[in-house]
Amino acid sequence: MNLPDANQLRDLLVEQIRAAIKPETLIIGIHSGGAWVAEYLHRQLGVATPLGTLDVAFYRDDYASRGLHKSRKSTIPVDIEGRDVILVDDVLYSGRTTRAALNEIFDYGRPARVDLAVLIDRGGRQLPIAARFCAHVLAAPLPPESKLSLQRDDAGNFSLEVKSA
Amino acid sequence: MLNPQLTQDGRLRHLLTLDGLPKSILAEILDIAAPFTDVAEREVKKLPLLRGKSVFNVFFENSTRTRTTFEIAAKRLSADVINLNVSTSSTSKGETLLDTVDNLCAMGADMFVMRHASSGAPYLLAQHLRATGRDHISVVNAGDGRHAHPTQGLLDMYTIRHYKQDFTRLTVAVVGDVLHSRVARSEIAALTTLGVPEVRVIAPKTLLPTDVERMGVRVFHNMEEGLKGVDVVMMLRLQNERMQGALLPSSQEYFKFYGLTQEKLALAAKDAIVLHPGPMNRGVEIDSAVADGANAVILPQVTFGIAVRMAVMSMLAAGN
Repeated sequence: MNLPDANQLRDLLVEQIRAAIKPETLIIGIHSGGAWVAEYLHRQLGVATPLGTLDVAFYRDDYASRGLHKSRKSTIPVDIEGRDVILVDDVLYSGRTTRAALNEIFDYGRPARVDLAVLIDRGGRQLPIAARFCAHVLAAPLPPESKLSLQRDDAGNFSLEVKSA
Repeated sequence: MLNPQLTQDGRLRHLLTLDGLPKSILAEILDIAAPFTDVAEREVKKLPLLRGKSVFNVFFENSTRTRTTFEIAAKRLSADVINLNVSTSSTSKGETLLDTVDNLCAMGADMFVMRHASSGAPYLLAQHLRATGRDHISVVNAGDGRHAHPTQGLLDMYTIRHYKQDFTRLTVAVVGDVLHSRVARSEIAALTTLGVPEVRVIAPKTLLPTDVERMGVRVFHNMEEGLKGVDVVMMLRLQNERMQGALLPSSQEYFKFYGLTQEKLALAAKDAIVLHPGPMNRGVEIDSAVADGANAVILPQVTFGIAVRMAVMSMLAAGN
């Protein structure tokens, strides 16, 4: 299938978000693809507040079947209390990762609002979750056995990849 | 033979001993523990991994540090924790271990954390759970007799890795009452599995098991010789309550030959770290100047112990 150019998508996302950024806005990326996108947004938008990252492995409802491997430290560098947060992920699918990330964020404090920004929406939601910022929506949802993921090369270029199990 | 601690697909089912546990599992536990060290700094000091699970701390032997850190670990993982000090309850009325356990299972236990004066008691429990079709309930050995204290061994490994990073360049000395020490057995098993090239034990002959060399260690009876150039000094508690008969002339004499003082520590590497599983007998196996000195990492051990126990419990919950 034809996938859009991920480098174009990230620039589209920058423009979508620009108006919503305030000096106090905290951008948080979800490991690992979401963190790459968040890093890019953070740099392009010149956000003053340092970048946050989350590894939601400990908050997933399916951790027993996925195991706990490769989990990394979550870093929220500033007080989240009363702050506007933009939560960034690469691919939006079932919504379970977002749900897990929201739970984790609230364990750090009570943000004023949380918006979701994603590079691409592949459809197939299992929870009532929607992205406020989304650079691309696939015309037809991908079948469940397909895995859509973001890659980043050494030069920092993004690309999307679909694998069928 | 199938390792009773592992599931068929190689995940942790019980934690009974570090002896025979593959390096990959040990490393995985240490890796998983790392992000747990941050939880204490959050607004909500909790993760939801054990939400809705009941963890029974069943201690047939006294303990403060181990029981408390297991309790904190389980609570930080959102489990419900029930503490039983069995030495003061039913067994003293004549109930058998397995009857006690069956009753706790009937109360909905998902995990047992067990300490027992008899070596092998947690094995018996794990076997019993399997034989009665309750394999989904995990057992964590919190110290059994002279046999093993796996989470202590793991938190010591975590501490060493935190300060020294690479196990394969270290010389480590385990000092003291190895004979009665379940901590020493777990430490030595983990150190050798993780690839420490030289593990020494330093103790008088009367406090060493007869076949100690078979554990892959170099034996020293002279502490000054044994401490030369070591990177890590792991002190053991002199187990007064386990000492039957006259293995030692007196604790003062023990201190003179095997107590860790600043002078003896000066023989080790300059940046050597000193560990002790607690509770310390100051002036018996360790001098206060060392216990409170710059090389001691005894209190960080306690803090890391919580993260390591969280890692073990969440892996068990995921494996079962």
